[in-house]
Amino acid sequence: MGELVQLTSFGLTEGEVIGALGRVKVRDVDYADLYFESCVSESVSMEESLVKRATKSVSQGVGVRATAGEKTGFAYSDELTKKDLELAADTARYIANSPSGDGAAVSVPVCQRPSRDLYPIERAQAEVATADRVSLLNAIDAEARRYDPRIKNVMASFNTEYKVVMVATSDGTLIGDVQPLSRLQVTCIAEEDGQHQAGSFGGGGRVGFEFYHEGDRYLGYAREAARVAILNLSAIETPAGVMPVVLGGGWPGILLHEAIGHGLEADFNRKKTSAFSQLLGKRVASDVCTIVDDGTLPGRRGSLNMDDEGTPTGRTVLIEHGILRGYITDKLNARLMGIPVTGNGRRESYQSVVLPRMTNTFMLAGVSDPEEIIRSVDRGLYAVSFGGGQVDITNGKFVFSASEAYLIEGGKVTRPVKGATLIGSGPEILTKVSMVGHDLKLDEGIGTCGKDGQSVPVGVGLPTIRIDEITVGGTQG
Amino acid sequence: MNQHVQQRDGYSQLAVDLLAKAKHSGATEADIIIADGETFSVQVRLGAVDRLTKAREKHLGLRVFVGKRSASTSTSDFSAESLNQLVAETCTLAKAVVEDQVSGLPAADQMAGEKLDLDLFDPTRLNTEQQIELAKRVEAAAMSTDERVTNSEGGDFDSSLGRVVLGNSHGFLGEYQSSSFSMSASPVATDPATGAMQRDSWYAVQRKFAKLDSPEAVGLEAARRTVRKLGARKVATRRVPVVFDPETAGSLMGNLCSAVSGYSLYKGASFLAGQLDKPLAPEYVTVYDDGRVVGGLGSRPFDGEGLPTRKTTVVERGVLKSYLLDTYSGRKLGLASTGNASRSVGENPSVGPTNFYLAPGTKAAQDIIKTVKQGLYVTDLIGFGINMVTGDYSRGASGFWIDGGELVYPVEEITIASNLKDMFAGMEMIGSDLVFRGRIASPTVKIAEMMVAGS
Repeated sequence: MGELVQLTSFGLTEGEVIGALGRVKVRDVDYADLYFESCVSESVSMEESLVKRATKSVSQGVGVRATAGEKTGFAYSDELTKKDLELAADTARYIANSPSGDGAAVSVPVCQRPSRDLYPIERAQAEVATADRVSLLNAIDAEARRYDPRIKNVMASFNTEYKVVMVATSDGTLIGDVQPLSRLQVTCIAEEDGQHQAGSFGGGGRVGFEFYHEGDRYLGYAREAARVAILNLSAIETPAGVMPVVLGGGWPGILLHEAIGHGLEADFNRKKTSAFSQLLGKRVASDVCTIVDDGTLPGRRGSLNMDDEGTPTGRTVLIEHGILRGYITDKLNARLMGIPVTGNGRRESYQSVVLPRMTNTFMLAGVSDPEEIIRSVDRGLYAVSFGGGQVDITNGKFVFSASEAYLIEGGKVTRPVKGATLIGSGPEILTKVSMVGHDLKLDEGIGTCGKDGQSVPVGVGLPTIRIDEITVGGTQG
Repeated sequence: MNQHVQQRDGYSQLAVDLLAKAKHSGATEADIIIADGETFSVQVRLGAVDRLTKAREKHLGLRVFVGKRSASTSTSDFSAESLNQLVAETCTLAKAVVEDQVSGLPAADQMAGEKLDLDLFDPTRLNTEQQIELAKRVEAAAMSTDERVTNSEGGDFDSSLGRVVLGNSHGFLGEYQSSSFSMSASPVATDPATGAMQRDSWYAVQRKFAKLDSPEAVGLEAARRTVRKLGARKVATRRVPVVFDPETAGSLMGNLCSAVSGYSLYKGASFLAGQLDKPLAPEYVTVYDDGRVVGGLGSRPFDGEGLPTRKTTVVERGVLKSYLLDTYSGRKLGLASTGNASRSVGENPSVGPTNFYLAPGTKAAQDIIKTVKQGLYVTDLIGFGINMVTGDYSRGASGFWIDGGELVYPVEEITIASNLKDMFAGMEMIGSDLVFRGRIASPTVKIAEMMVAGS
């Protein structure tokens, strides 16, 4: 026990926090919480070989929430005074139709720290001198241009975020966490004979600045972005229609995020508006598919010591050997559905409500040799990198768009093709996965997931897999 | 009221004070934007309140120039100590980046002059109960019209009002207030035969409460759009004409808007780089960006740098006539700003549309569909399959199959692909049905041919 360091950084006493919690947790409120957040974001960016922009942004505030039955009352404030807390509490508990101060007891929260630290970065390490950021970006510019003279412009940005959070809940928790996050992103523009093409690459996580220097990782990002831009200069039109597709490891795991992950978020299933609503215990994938959501991987972009309701994150099996096993939940939906809390209650900031969200979502490794998977396809597509994806939760249709893909002809990877969108149906697509490689790879740490207008950092992962058929949105008949 | 006026004057004074402090800390030029507002949002689901949100928020963004070096910062903490620190840090940051020859404020004589009232603010205050009632009505209308509507993602009502104060070291100081009211319904329909579900939604948004469509009209349209998707199937892969409804045609205008953004252009990251004064589309295609539409959702008296907004002809009779520019991207391209600077707090300066739209044609949507023997009518697009550097376009779509000039059945799980250059050149017909439901709008558009990939 003992004083939580976050209390001091928000300029609050334990008594003030408990007082506000008591004001919102009236008799007819099932659950209430206060979420305090302070966030410093910094960005330095380069283009035309000049590091010419630097930004810094500071935000601080509190979100106050009360839930009663299915109802949620929510208010937030960027002031942390006693008066502002009380005003927010009065607004939040409006939904319970209860007068203030009806004497419902709030269990005195126990000060806690998360039981583990998945991203032990000291503040000093997270604070990178602007000069160091500048020289990192300059080196990236030089490396990308050295890669090939056809690289005509290099855009790179380095973003860091340092978030301090504290959650006080009516079920007796007062807990804090410090959540650093950073990302380095490189985009190259290549030009040849008046034709332009772009290539992007990047990475990051809940890591310190030294991460980017390990094995000169940052220079690798520059070369990858340059390689993809040059490659795409010679890309041919993509065939259109249904065909077998081999997905490479890592970032193509966005397939799982769109096709399966969103449909298994508890809110859509409680409301029975997900294509997966009636499918628990049923087969939704082939035997070779086991998929988990795991927020406990050290240093990963999607990882958290605790979710934004103070619940420790965990590892949830979503699909086990093809059978749908579980949903990912926050406290509200777990309570209403009578299922376990999985530590997936997340929010973009103090200004947004908690929703069940993914952390790091990936398929476990199988037994196939990746080479053999490619050899098994006579004519199809080999897609190794993707832009973004989207899903319609209710009818289950999802898309994701390739940014680096090749034809497979006669069991061999041949010519690069232009990016194309792949479209399928969530509850069906994984039944068509016939081979899973032994080469599970997690993505580089660039994913951001949007839901209800809220963005949160996430991770994905995938071994090489073969999908027997999926519709490819090319331009060639 | 008194307190309101006092606080407003307070923000102008705060802007002036901080500009002076920035100068004292070594800034040669600076500008500052202060925004604050109140938001209310309620979502009801199956007739009961699901979520109610209320908040006040404020932000301050500071941009300083130290000679030709520049940095931007923002904060929601307005305490004197924090703001003093912010000014000092911003100047330090600016000194850490390199000189950029074209950086700087707009010329002093270009700043917006006379105070302009674009009628963007509606003082109507609705109480909590009234707003809950409106959300309930919009959902109830969506749920009650057709028995195949079996479930709901909810009915929403949102209102917000806000104020922007912008000042710079040329002595410019401007401000305006704006408001917004919106509602939507998202019903879910079930196919009685197969149990398959479909969801769609409809919405209304206005700066004036009195101008909103009735909740009943919005709910009915949401139900109509949802139920008509039941029984959707795939179609065979083939090349056909594609008709975009106003919502999806609006997304094509959004793509055009990104492609004419000055920042994409000078970086060589747009397929329209170097295309000024060249033909883009048939001669009946004209596109405007008009920041001065009275009561417009994208209207404002001055842009994010304090330059006056205006009406820009982006495409005139098929020819690309103007990009969208702020001072910086304009100087990079050797052109004057078009008054499209956009300032999101905490972000680098960028350009954005005001009210960006394709001028309407004369044909009713029905008459356009009638011209298609075999083709696709698109009502929904998903995914991000657009390469702005090349214009390559490949997105997930759903809508209706057209046979003999009639919509015959709903289709889904297909993609449509082409290149935006070919799509703009292939705009065969433009509808008369332009309605603004946001900053970017379009009437119905028919594209001569695209590749549809399905089964």
